Amino acid sequence: MNRGVAIVSFPGSNGDRDAVDAFAESIGVATRLVDYREESLDGFEAVVLPGGFSYGDYLRTGAIARFAPVMTAVQQFALTGGPVLGICNGFQILTEAHLLPGAILPNRDLRFHSEWVHIRVETGETAWSSAAADGEVLTMPVAHGMGNYFADPEILATLEHENRVVFRYCDADGHLTEQANINGSMHAIAGICNQKRNVVGLMPHPERAADPLLGSPDGLRILNAVTSFVGRLV
Amino acid sequence: MMVTVTQQPMKPEVWRSLALSDAEFSKIVELLGREPTIVELGMFGSMWSEHCGYKHSRPLFPLLPTEADYVVQGPGENAGAIDIGGGLAAVFKVESHNHPSAVEPHQGAATGVGGIVRDIFTMGARPVAILDSLRFGPLDVERNRYLFTNVVAGVGDYGNSLGIPNVGGEVFFDPSFSGNPLVNAMCVGIVPIDELMRARASGTGNVVMIVGAETGRDGLHGATFASVEDPHASHRGVVQVGNPFLEKLLLEACLELLQGDDVVAMQDLGAAGLTSSAVECAARGTAGIEIDVSLVPRREPCLAPFEVMLSESQERMLLVVLPEGVDRVTEVVSRWGLKSARIGTVTETGHVVIREGDVIVCDVPARYFTDECPTYVRPAEEDPTVVAARSRDFGDLPDIDPELVAEVTLGLLGSANIGSRRSVYERYDSTIMTNTVVGPGRGDAAVLRIKGQERGLVVSLDCNSRYCWLDPYAGAQLAVAEALRNVSCAGGRPLAITNCLNFRSPEKPAGSFQLSRAVAGMADACRALGVVVVSGNVSLYNESGNEAIFPTPTIGCVGVIDDVTRHAGLVWSAGDVVLLIGDGPPTLGGSEYLAHAHGETIGAPPMLDLAAEGRVQSAVRGLIASGLVRTAHDVSLGGLAIALAEMAITSAIGIRLDPVDVSSRRDTYWFGERSGSIIIACEPERLSDVTAQLELDSIPWARLGVASGDAIAFSPMDSLDLSAARSRWESALLFDRQSGG
Repeated sequence: MNRGVAIVSFPGSNGDRDAVDAFAESIGVATRLVDYREESLDGFEAVVLPGGFSYGDYLRTGAIARFAPVMTAVQQFALTGGPVLGICNGFQILTEAHLLPGAILPNRDLRFHSEWVHIRVETGETAWSSAAADGEVLTMPVAHGMGNYFADPEILATLEHENRVVFRYCDADGHLTEQANINGSMHAIAGICNQKRNVVGLMPHPERAADPLLGSPDGLRILNAVTSFVGRLV
Repeated sequence: MMVTVTQQPMKPEVWRSLALSDAEFSKIVELLGREPTIVELGMFGSMWSEHCGYKHSRPLFPLLPTEADYVVQGPGENAGAIDIGGGLAAVFKVESHNHPSAVEPHQGAATGVGGIVRDIFTMGARPVAILDSLRFGPLDVERNRYLFTNVVAGVGDYGNSLGIPNVGGEVFFDPSFSGNPLVNAMCVGIVPIDELMRARASGTGNVVMIVGAETGRDGLHGATFASVEDPHASHRGVVQVGNPFLEKLLLEACLELLQGDDVVAMQDLGAAGLTSSAVECAARGTAGIEIDVSLVPRREPCLAPFEVMLSESQERMLLVVLPEGVDRVTEVVSRWGLKSARIGTVTETGHVVIREGDVIVCDVPARYFTDECPTYVRPAEEDPTVVAARSRDFGDLPDIDPELVAEVTLGLLGSANIGSRRSVYERYDSTIMTNTVVGPGRGDAAVLRIKGQERGLVVSLDCNSRYCWLDPYAGAQLAVAEALRNVSCAGGRPLAITNCLNFRSPEKPAGSFQLSRAVAGMADACRALGVVVVSGNVSLYNESGNEAIFPTPTIGCVGVIDDVTRHAGLVWSAGDVVLLIGDGPPTLGGSEYLAHAHGETIGAPPMLDLAAEGRVQSAVRGLIASGLVRTAHDVSLGGLAIALAEMAITSAIGIRLDPVDVSSRRDTYWFGERSGSIIIACEPERLSDVTAQLELDSIPWARLGVASGDAIAFSPMDSLDLSAARSRWESALLFDRQSGG
């Protein structure tokens, strides 16, 4: 059974509908909202943990969501090589669930940032960056108060050594600058992948950049990767 | 049934502490034919407050135009609604949360957003946009920095968590707001017209349920507190605390419930809590309602019926449900992780009956709380200080030197009232819901697409408080004109407005004058420009000590754009020809320039020719709709030079201005403010088509220059470097946050 993309709704998720719209309308693949209480992801070909404020971001972003019943199935799905994408709060949940290493701290200036940023694609060799080219600069929005990627030196060294930094904040020309790193992330990290390269998390919102009318279609350079594991609807 | 009345006669200090006058108390006794219980008295105190009862503003409302064929719901419901085509209605309203924000800025502002969003989804509409209009005292005062920083954080926290984009608004600073900040929030929602919900209890035997948060002591007397002077004298504990996570669940649960047929009415619990929601639900439906307060879920023990009825605990909703639907409603609500409880029934008595178990603590016809609310027309007289300020001649102020236009422009760009709002709107998620076509900082109004449709929505929120202080009638007209002009400049056809009347005490002749003249001005401008008022809110008593706010009738405007791909914003391209259309005469009266450079709020505000205003707005919409023009910006605060600088900075492309022979004062030409004047830009090859259309429409126009280079070149000898302009403009609202309290 090919069920397409599972988009997981936690209580307080608010980017779930945007993800559905981007995948269903802009790319044309089957999607389904999956309730956080469901215990199986059987038949889905990709899983997306969307943005939002799951459980109000109370305690710590993603800290409560990682215990939601559906997360056992997400773990299983990831373990068996299924493509998993965490966007914003979804990225935070993936780090809390230890599907991705490191942690995400409050932004350097302790403020919420809602703005358009540039990110550089560091590697096309992941499940979710295969449609983009190495070194390509993409423009899309961020909207988060906690996006400051942190990891200890060994993890950072491993991530760099294994080429697992997928996206970095940069300026319009692709240069890494202090100003472009809007939240103070270590190594300007905007997104990373796991060792098997099937689980990717990023803070910017590709699903909000899926239509030129809204400012940029660059998010599709990421989301289009879904077509390599999910068939388009006719 | 008999109300249990206290044995001893009520003492004057009791009703006075509930902000009821002696005459009002006598009227209550006369209506009831007996003394009220303490619960009844508390309920009257809230319902007859200005906040709920509009006792000073209601006599003015008949002036306002409210009817048009596209109005689906006019004033009187939780929010107004207009037909925007395609079977959809836009539901919208603006509301103040000034007094709570003065005391506890973060929570005051957050719950202001929470309240206005509830008003929208109570109508069955999915909220799609938030806008906010904020006013503070000058930022060199620490308390004002504290209020500003925390209000912005509060607005952001709540809306961001809910996942509703904040797409526009305004921030203004003036000493008159030092003790009295204004926090107005507007929300816009969309709903299929046939799914619009109204809050009218009907159907004897239907079940009354409360859904969402438990009830506590927070916010007791909030409505009363908002209707007296000097919030600092009141208790900080009356400010409610918001929980946006709970509201997000409530929003989704309510919208899901409204997809079924079990819920016949919905009313949020806002100001005056259960009291106003029960009373309004009953009064609108002409039914009665009976509630047992002992069934209301509580978050703390020992709440008296008085407290349950007047608590303003947030994130609660009252539902009227068909008896056979109660189980389904309970299931849906519980699936969203929320509590619900049956607390009463709809009756046919027309009375609001409140009991605690077997004891009846209130039995009052609903209309006594609403229709019988006294109204007042107070003596009105203009403050002589204002008359003097308005008539002040500024002709003897020195004009600026011919080659110093750039320098004065640079100075004004650093004014807190003109500088970039980026440090505010970057705290708000403006891109969620993936509808934001023109977001904050990119145009005069926000443009939103409507998924699945060619058309879009255009929304703005505006007021110039200085103009309204100098001349409340003209100022309110100018506020309407500007809100509409901003929508027109983005390409939208303005259809309706919502207003938030922020004024000082109407019990003083000067306050009464401002209020009545402003409403008259608003009404006349709406009629002349062809829009109606569909919702609104009143916040009076914005004064403390000797300081009263500048009167501020904030105007939120909603318009429709037929083809959302044909809109306009601030950005021009290199080589574009830049024109000024419309000929509203510039004046320094009430200008930012006089306030900034000379420290004066004097003179009469800009002259407004409503017919010319309507024509120029219609012309700019036509040019945008035809695809000839994609760049438009109105000339407002700071005048022509500032409008051009804002466009140049936003475009990152300068302008070479044509030589201009300024026959009168240079400061007036460049920095004087005007109505009915819009800057547009177009590609040179389209210029003749544009000017031909303008001449056909009899719109006066003048060529200003050509977009090019990296400076605003007023003349070969007087030029402002774009990077210097940008850095001054971008830092106007930045300050050391550590000292922000």
